[in-house]
Amino acid sequence: MTTPRVLPRLDLENRFFWTSGADGQLRLLRCQECAIFIHPPRAVCRHCLSEKVSPEVVPGTGTVDTFTVNYQEWRPGLDVPYVIARVAIDGAQGVYLTTNIVGCPVEAVQIGDRVRVTFEQHGEIYLPLFEKVGST
Amino acid sequence: MSANDAYLTGVGQSEIGMKLTRPPLLLTVDAVREALTEAGLTIGQIDGVSTYPGKASTLLGFSPIGADELIDTLGIRATWYAGGMEISSQLGAVVAAAMAVRTGQARHVICFRTVYEAAALARPTEYPTPRRETVDGYSQWLAPFNATSAVNWTAQYAMRHMKRYGLTREQLAQIAITDRAHAVLNPRALVRKSLTMDEYLSARMISTPLCLYDCDRYTDASTVLIVSAGDAIDEVSCTPIRIAAMAGTVERHSWDQAEWMACYPTGADLWKRTDYKPKDVATAQLYDGFSFQALAWLEGLGFCDVGEGGRFIEGGTRIALDGELPLNTFGGQIGAGRLHGFGFAHEAVVQLRGNGGVRQIPGDPRVAVCASGGGPLATALLLARD
Repeated sequence: MTTPRVLPRLDLENRFFWTSGADGQLRLLRCQECAIFIHPPRAVCRHCLSEKVSPEVVPGTGTVDTFTVNYQEWRPGLDVPYVIARVAIDGAQGVYLTTNIVGCPVEAVQIGDRVRVTFEQHGEIYLPLFEKVGST
Repeated sequence: MSANDAYLTGVGQSEIGMKLTRPPLLLTVDAVREALTEAGLTIGQIDGVSTYPGKASTLLGFSPIGADELIDTLGIRATWYAGGMEISSQLGAVVAAAMAVRTGQARHVICFRTVYEAAALARPTEYPTPRRETVDGYSQWLAPFNATSAVNWTAQYAMRHMKRYGLTREQLAQIAITDRAHAVLNPRALVRKSLTMDEYLSARMISTPLCLYDCDRYTDASTVLIVSAGDAIDEVSCTPIRIAAMAGTVERHSWDQAEWMACYPTGADLWKRTDYKPKDVATAQLYDGFSFQALAWLEGLGFCDVGEGGRFIEGGTRIALDGELPLNTFGGQIGAGRLHGFGFAHEAVVQLRGNGGVRQIPGDPRVAVCASGGGPLATALLLARD
């Protein structure tokens, strides 16, 4: 079963991120002047204030920086327990995504686990979830 | 008294309950009356109002009363007022008031926080919660993954602490156990029942490693703190408590992009603004909407090294009422109720005045620290009775 989700409202700044999974790739906003990644996406670089910012493909792998197993059924139909994790994104130093680790028992997730993006489609929105590398 | 200082004078609190029927405006007025009485002030002497987060029209239980409404209700002629959420957490409203009186904008400022979350949940027709179709702002980075509650966000900080520093659930339990032990001694506390380690360890999980007893719960109450100018202190009849230092920081207003909770830089800043040291503090009243936040504040404020919080509170004797650093002597939010930040400053003042009754800490406490906020938000106040 698919757990119910509240979806993001697409706007000029976030559209590329939430629709990126259409071709199976994860993209993050990067400053073309100083090369740092900017997340959440903004129209200006938080490091050098350049407005030359554009989405770039990142490898789509990462490491579980921390996580929690949620047991509370916050609303009817929510499939518990599930894993919420903060994933450090490879190739984009300083960027973390809050996400779910799927495709394995909740007990199998540990800090430091290597994970890879897997997209869950909701219309034009592709939520970047992650699964453990090596799991099926 | 120093004319250029700001002081906490009268403090007040309504009854604390769940599903109260007394309207939130009247709970606020109850707290105002108690604070005025303690200070020996009349409402005509109040010329400022400060609140957090201001009226939340779309989520009334979270904040049913704004500054506008209180000013109008009580006929206050305000020369300065403010209410808003874009500030360094709940006690940021007190920081703003202190700056106002120090710059002559006002002489006596009512600071208040009113919560009505339990009543609102019980009576949704009176206090509707809007159903969100989509999310934007920073919610969009959390809510789609069903990480909607601050417990999920805080739990991840706690999990990392366990991994990096070896924090155990038995150690963390001492926050809730201590809170509940102190709440038994507070006639106004919401949960007046002690908690055992066995009960804690067998409680259901909410979001690992945080269980039911690591969380505060929806509460109906109002807390008022009057901030007075140094040159207006002779109008006040209670012992004034000086705001010796204040700090509040935000680097990234985000629960997942920041490397550190804001309590760490905030705690460090606090000590740069005073000659007092952590060893001078007689009692700490630290935000514990979720237990781990109080542990992080202990580290952030330098009562122990970063990573040592679990060992610092282990066994609970150090933070008990008769310990070397009594913590959350009114029961904290876990025991006394989700007063949302203001309860910590209220209790610091009560203890420094020796008004704690059966929960009064021993000795002659002269310095206390109180703090609000978790995650990217943090405010700390150092209070002194001169």
